Amino acid sequence: MRRTALFLPGNNPNMLINGGYLGADSIIFDLEDAVSPDEKDAARILIRHALSSLKFEKCEIIVRINSLDTSFWEKDVEEIVPLGPDALMPTKVSDPGCIHKLAAKMDEAEKRGGSTKRVMLIPLIETALGLENSFAIASCHERIAALLLGAEDLTADLRAPRTREGGEIAYARNRLVCAARAAGVDALDTPFPLIDDMEGLRQDALLAKSFGFSGKAVISPRHVNCVNGIFSPSDAEIEYAHQVFEAIETAKKQGKGAISLGGKMIDAPIVERARKVLETAKELQGGRT
Amino acid sequence: MRIVKNSIAGTLESSDIHVEVSPGTGVEIDVQSTVLTQFGDSIKKTVMDVLREMEVGDVRVFANDRGALDCVIRARLETALLRAAGGDGP
Amino acid sequence: MSKLLASLGEAVTASGLKDGMTVSFHHHLRNGDYVLNMVMDAIAKLKIGNLTINASSIFDAHAPLIHHLRSGVVGGLEANYMGSTVGRAVSEGVLNKPVIFRTHGGRPSDIESGKSPIDVAFIAAPSSDSAGNCTGRFGKSACGSLGYAFADAMHAKKVVVVTDNLVDYPLRDYSISEAHVDYVVRVDAIGDPQGIVSGTTRMTRDPVALRIADLATQVISASGFLKDGFSFQTGAGGGSLAVAQNVRNIMREKKIQGSFALGGTTGYLVDMLEAGCFESILDVQCFDLKAVESLRTNPRHVEISASHYASPSAKSCAAEALDVVVLGATQIDCGFNVNVHTDSGGYIIGGSGGHSDVAAGAKLALVIAPLSRARLSIVVEKVLTVTTPGKTVDVLVTQCGIAVNPLRADLRQQLARAGLPLVEIGDLRKMAEETNGIPQKPDLEEKIVGKVLYRDGTVIDGIRQVRRPAGA
Repeated sequence: MRRTALFLPGNNPNMLINGGYLGADSIIFDLEDAVSPDEKDAARILIRHALSSLKFEKCEIIVRINSLDTSFWEKDVEEIVPLGPDALMPTKVSDPGCIHKLAAKMDEAEKRGGSTKRVMLIPLIETALGLENSFAIASCHERIAALLLGAEDLTADLRAPRTREGGEIAYARNRLVCAARAAGVDALDTPFPLIDDMEGLRQDALLAKSFGFSGKAVISPRHVNCVNGIFSPSDAEIEYAHQVFEAIETAKKQGKGAISLGGKMIDAPIVERARKVLETAKELQGGRT
Repeated sequence: MRIVKNSIAGTLESSDIHVEVSPGTGVEIDVQSTVLTQFGDSIKKTVMDVLREMEVGDVRVFANDRGALDCVIRARLETALLRAAGGDGP
Repeated sequence: MSKLLASLGEAVTASGLKDGMTVSFHHHLRNGDYVLNMVMDAIAKLKIGNLTINASSIFDAHAPLIHHLRSGVVGGLEANYMGSTVGRAVSEGVLNKPVIFRTHGGRPSDIESGKSPIDVAFIAAPSSDSAGNCTGRFGKSACGSLGYAFADAMHAKKVVVVTDNLVDYPLRDYSISEAHVDYVVRVDAIGDPQGIVSGTTRMTRDPVALRIADLATQVISASGFLKDGFSFQTGAGGGSLAVAQNVRNIMREKKIQGSFALGGTTGYLVDMLEAGCFESILDVQCFDLKAVESLRTNPRHVEISASHYASPSAKSCAAEALDVVVLGATQIDCGFNVNVHTDSGGYIIGGSGGHSDVAAGAKLALVIAPLSRARLSIVVEKVLTVTTPGKTVDVLVTQCGIAVNPLRADLRQQLARAGLPLVEIGDLRKMAEETNGIPQKPDLEEKIVGKVLYRDGTVIDGIRQVRRPAGA
């Protein structure tokens, strides 16, 4: 489940220790923008030690590594991959070539570290070229677990203004969700950048859910609750899902072939949707909030 | 590993530790900590362990600890030592 | 005969204060208080010694007191709370007698019953007339409620009002009546307004504290108390304020009409009153300027005495009518006992205040605390000092999960049904220890430097002297 992916600065011990307890399904320890060039070594070493001794039972650990056009990324991979985070997040991924180059380095690091855990990849799609290649990227390697849309860099590349309402990224959202789903991986929406605008956040997350995203990245711990709530099945959705299965049971008993609920035919996609809702609801019971 | 210059690593924020490393003769360690009563011995032991693991013999370490966990102490000291060894850059 | 005297020295002399007697102070001027220090200096000049000070609280601003403890002007201390500066001196054994720690409810109860007699009460008053009708509502040193001073005024053998705003007789809007007052002294300043009340109490931005506040809010929601008639108390700490803010949002969204908010008052509670969340605020103490302003102008914001607030021997008190209270902890142990008296090194850094009173009174007492603060575990096997007994604490909320007191199986079931992340307190303790490592034990002497009296007067714990580190 990836309702929320929370960005945390990679060089802050307090956030490394407590990041797992902020309610996010995934946390992204950032070695890239959140760390200044002269602290890259410190952050990398800190994350390495944290991963080797702290427990993160309840959430997925993602490490955002430095861009493939810097001198830092290879060291990031060499040092971090053997500690077995759940995934790496490469930035500005524009074509499958980036993924293959990175995956080869990861193969090496895993072999040398003798680790058995396969570290996944969640590429950040934040260029026009990357967006146009998004299906190719999503389907180019078995390590890919999800795509994350990065709207700040993308809109800069598009030369579009970045707005609170997000009309300028409507196409990108459609395209990214379609590419991810076609490749059978999760689609994660871009963070909402206005930290104190909770209503704006809510609208933005609702919009993202309506596009079909699995969840949304957030840049403030205060955004976690709201986004979790929106990407969790609502009481009405759960109730409806139960009704669907009851209707199927009733129809079976009555020997009917066609089943309808509230005047609407229940077909395979509706059943599948209901099954997913109940599955997620069950996963959320007792433990996650 | 040989310490050839002065270096620092870490911060004075809560749960972090600020480490200063400089060339010395033998091992000299000075630890200040907000949790000295509770973890003073443990911090010194961790510093000694890291120095041994990294085969550092002649060094002065001054650590100002703000309640850092063991793994944070190790990370900051390792960073400072690598920086002071003048080897690889960041 | 005029009650108005020219100086504190004259008032001390007129009160008949002698060696070995007890003087009292309230703490409404908080860390801005000048009165305790000024009075003790005047007493020292008059060469009166071996006094006992009974202060509702002692703050760091009272550091000059340490000198009087050393010199023998003061031989005994009684307080409901003691800041870390004087606390350190006491912990290192400056006094021969143990400090008597009471609760905000226990203190007035003991004063009224005569168990804890006061010879002379010095009452700092932001406004008073020449006969001693006085209030904290206005004046340059306005502090709002004078709740903790009522018992002293009514039961001390002599009462001296100390003010920096002498107004014409009669002061109509008084809190304490002239009927109780023997002398009035005007001074230049009774306190530093900067330290008396903060301009605004501020909400935390610490993600961990906010996460804990969110979980605590979910506990309150799921507990069933958050409905019409709801009553609520919370402290002024950042995490508590975040809970108040969340509760307010729910109350407004669901149009819940609460009954009262209790205790120390902040602007956040005032906002809730003004937004119609509560019918009234029962205010024993103001923490910020907004609370002072509201007490002065809003008839639904009511000043109450410490007895009315929490006295166990009063015929009834507001704490007993309380639904939900949110409390903090320096340490909490596997028996849900809470320590807010001493830090993990054994040094005195606080005291119950109203902690154990409201925990006992409220139907749901929540403790909110992070698992650890900068490597010091908050959840421990055994607290160093018992402030509030575990049987009065219902729930502990940490960022790593919610632990329900086994005595509250009903509540546990309710919270489980609501899908909240429940954990055993023993597992929280284990997690804390695994993360932080096992600390060295504090180095304590046999000598008892503090006796902790529970609200009913029984001694529930003793605080031992700390052995000073070698070379310190």
